[in-house]
Amino acid sequence: MNGLPSYLWERRNEIVSLTAEHVLLVLLSTALAVSIGLPLGIVLTRRPRLARPILGFAGVVQTIPSLALFGFLIPLPLIGGIGAQTAILALVFYALLPILRNTYTGIRSVDPAIIEAATGLGMTARQRLWWVELPLALPVVLAGVRIATVVSIGLATIAAAIGAGGLGVLIYRGIAIVDNRLILAGALPAALLALAADLLLGAAERRWSGA
Amino acid sequence: MSAPAVEFRSVRKSFQPGRAVLEDFSLIVGTGETVVLIGPSGCGKTTVLKLVNRLLEADAGDVLVFGRDVRQEDPVRIRRQLGYVIQEGGLFPHWDVARNVAVVPELLGWSQERRRLRAEELLAMVNLPAGEFSSRRPRELSGGQRQRVGMARALAGDPPVVLMDEPFGALDPIARRALQGEFLGWKRKLGKAVLLVTHDLSEAFRLADRVALLEGGRVHQAGTPDEIRDRPTDAFVREFVSGGLGTR
Repeated sequence: MNGLPSYLWERRNEIVSLTAEHVLLVLLSTALAVSIGLPLGIVLTRRPRLARPILGFAGVVQTIPSLALFGFLIPLPLIGGIGAQTAILALVFYALLPILRNTYTGIRSVDPAIIEAATGLGMTARQRLWWVELPLALPVVLAGVRIATVVSIGLATIAAAIGAGGLGVLIYRGIAIVDNRLILAGALPAALLALAADLLLGAAERRWSGA
Repeated sequence: MSAPAVEFRSVRKSFQPGRAVLEDFSLIVGTGETVVLIGPSGCGKTTVLKLVNRLLEADAGDVLVFGRDVRQEDPVRIRRQLGYVIQEGGLFPHWDVARNVAVVPELLGWSQERRRLRAEELLAMVNLPAGEFSSRRPRELSGGQRQRVGMARALAGDPPVVLMDEPFGALDPIARRALQGEFLGWKRKLGKAVLLVTHDLSEAFRLADRVALLEGGRVHQAGTPDEIRDRPTDAFVREFVSGGLGTR
């Protein structure tokens, strides 16, 4: 393990470009998960009978081992195959549950007295959603996005197994040639990314919970 | 003769089959009149209020506001014309006091300047000087101050009818008496029809033009405080008024 800093420094170009790939994978998949999970979570608060089966399904997806999910997706026509698109799809599946669940619980846990006031004073359902429910649920929704992002950063390292690139490339190569320094060259930046995302999104949560 | 502000005609409402909360419930609130609805907890007082602004629908019978069946009206429109003070205050915690107060004017599409002036006017009326309170959040207020903001909010759209659900319920006795006194002041000045729900008999006698005693889904007696006190029409009213029931 001697000379790890200089080892990393020598490989800085590769590490930086793989980190960029990694960030792109996570950003794209999280953005997709938000654009599906947020509206769907809102719909579930309006159709509570659908909430249980859909949240249940999302929960089951979450329990599929990630390597297996990547494997399942490869043979699928159109959406599957080797490469980044399959990895992004799998990451969306994993990110969906925390975003969906937190949107749903965030809105459902707004004080009923406040909902009643909003309705009783003459807000339309849409005004109530945009003026009252979403702003008050925002910290919880953001917590879901934070969890999804941090989880995706870790999971995205596995995406290298199906040729999607990212920091996992270094980790797999390190495992193959039994070189711990190479594994760390992938694992350390991934861990730092996860920490940074957690801090940043945590700060956003606190900023918006100043109700 | 013009129609009363609010009228209930033989209203029935149940939440579970076979167990009616209200059964043959009739009551009239005249224009500019304060009617206080009182009864033991669980007697359906809050349900009565929610039937007026269509947070609930009657199973049978009619609810009329100025002679018009509320079921014929657009619920959103009618709610903007009915002031509503809800039990726990229900202030919007993410908005400052001024925006809370002016929410109905905002819904009615008033200009920002007009809303600001309206909020200032109402805050002055409920003894919360706008300069000091406008930009505070609800969590920075005491219980009594929050109730005052809730009151101001209910009046902001200048509704002819105000529905109040235990508006002073969460307060200590001193703040309660103070706010009741202020209520009587606004009442004289604004002349709104008020339907107020409470379980506190002394509050009912102090604020009401007429008191209606609700129990078992119907009004046992409705009359001036003196009538209720001096000429109870049945055993339940007599017992309630003598303090055996209904006081905390």
